[in-house]
Amino acid sequence: MAAYRYPQPRASEITPRSYFLSRRAVMAGVVGTTLALAGSEQVAQAATGTAQNASGWPAPEKPTPQNDVTHYNNFYEFGTDKGDPAELSGAFKPLPWSVQIDGLVDNPRTWALEDLLKQFGQEERLYRMRCVEAWSMVIPWNGFSLAALLKAAAPKMGARYVAFTSVLRPSEMPGQRRGLFALKWPYVEGLRLDEAMHPLTLLATGVYGEALPTQNGAPIRLVVPWKYGFKGIKSITRITVTDRQPPTSWNLMAPEEYGFYANVNPAVDHPRWSQASEQIIGEGSLFHTARKPTQLFNGYAEQVAGLYQGMDLRKDF
Amino acid sequence: MSSIPSPRRRRSRFSPVTRQVLLYLFFLLPAAMDIAQGMAGTLGPNPTSACLHDFGRYAFRFLLVSLAVTPLKRFVGVDIMLYRRPLGLLAFTYAALHVFFYVVVARHLDTHILWQDFSSRPFLTFGVLTFLILAALASTSTRRAIRALGRKWSPLHKLAYLAMIFACIHYSIAFKTWHVEPFIYTVIAICVLALRMVPRSARRKV
Ligand code: HEM
Repeated sequence: MAAYRYPQPRASEITPRSYFLSRRAVMAGVVGTTLALAGSEQVAQAATGTAQNASGWPAPEKPTPQNDVTHYNNFYEFGTDKGDPAELSGAFKPLPWSVQIDGLVDNPRTWALEDLLKQFGQEERLYRMRCVEAWSMVIPWNGFSLAALLKAAAPKMGARYVAFTSVLRPSEMPGQRRGLFALKWPYVEGLRLDEAMHPLTLLATGVYGEALPTQNGAPIRLVVPWKYGFKGIKSITRITVTDRQPPTSWNLMAPEEYGFYANVNPAVDHPRWSQASEQIIGEGSLFHTARKPTQLFNGYAEQVAGLYQGMDLRKDF
Repeated sequence: MSSIPSPRRRRSRFSPVTRQVLLYLFFLLPAAMDIAQGMAGTLGPNPTSACLHDFGRYAFRFLLVSLAVTPLKRFVGVDIMLYRRPLGLLAFTYAALHVFFYVVVARHLDTHILWQDFSSRPFLTFGVLTFLILAALASTSTRRAIRALGRKWSPLHKLAYLAMIFACIHYSIAFKTWHVEPFIYTVIAICVLALRMVPRSARRKV
């Protein structure tokens, strides 16, 4: 696996000018180049962290068994039960696939999947995955940094957010035929541009060294390890760089339960359950679930806390 | 839940009580299978949650069926009155298993977390209320309790209606989105409850 290791871009390379501008806007009260420089240092630090990850991220947990990763997940396009994606995704034929990059970028382009793989390669990233439903896994993804793709697209001045759109194929996805009893389709997600440019943010094209199976978001999906799993939009068809905060599916469904940020945070409960701890899938027994305390930013605080300095994480949950 | 043996009933080799017990034991099979599979590791990646959810659904269904017994007899002419008590007890048994899997297995009996859960999460509060009613009904369904309660037994067991309504709420809001299944079950439950409300005198018109 990891036949090709994408070289880590230097922070200065992956940090477009607009990123600094957006950060200034975000951090109320403080303006100036000093701050912008501080911001780029944070990214540089995180980049080092990721470089370590490629050869063994400080993730002491052992990976969740492959069969659990591919047979227990949420992908409402196929159904609401966690076994549904594996069971009901057979009709979904992802290939051929292309991803359209547009919006506030200098180089809009529709990428064929093969070209993305050729251009950006794949590396392995062992990431924690914390579902908003208070269970978690440790997953060896294969993919490349979203930053690399965004850099190729070259965000314009004024770009502040990235919007993602998933596939809409009711004929192949039974969950999209459920009318009222579902989300609005297609599934949409979004990140702030600085979050999207963060070196930890991954476009995954494989898991466990194999191409992504249909149930896990084939052929290309987002992985943002410090956020709840639902931010990781699957089967991405379009990535649009914009100047305003894009709508996100779960937030549209229940704004008081799912925020735009959705950062993993044990101190901010979901209105219907506690987020203080999580069930470890693949461990424990029938009569004793394995649980562990949930970590702020899912244990990636060192790398990403800087992105949210000065923000009230209770308000911007 | 007393049963009046119907004269029309076909003769059976087994006494009524034996038949009640057999029905009860037979419908414990799904639970036994889940637990056996869970212990064998063939119940999927999250066997605990599979049991929790399966048992919740069975509790709901048995409660629904036990409430449908009387309307079935009145409006359809199918008399399974003999089995009303074991059906009600099955509802309680599955509810108890469901609660056990939440309180003990999933929550590790952590009273602090449980108190937080039950006091702040309406869907759980409705679950607890349903369970308390089912427990009260189960514990007053022995012959002795029925005799001791006398005329009070019947109004007490009308609480089953309330349990059904609470269970519908608990089921409907248990998930992150609206699900089809609780919606269908709630519609059926409302029909069953409505049929039970039909006054006796209206029966002949039906
Ligand atoms: C102390 C009482 C109870 C507690 C703590 C409790 C807890 C729960 C929990 C945690 C869930 C899972 C929700 C989720 O995964 O999002 C659930 C689901 C459910 N519960 Fe309960 N419950 C209780 C009583 C009951 C009773 C008495 C019934 C039925 C008569 C019932 C029927 C259900 C059903 C049908 C589901 C949905 C299962 C599914 O379709 O997946 N619950 N309950």
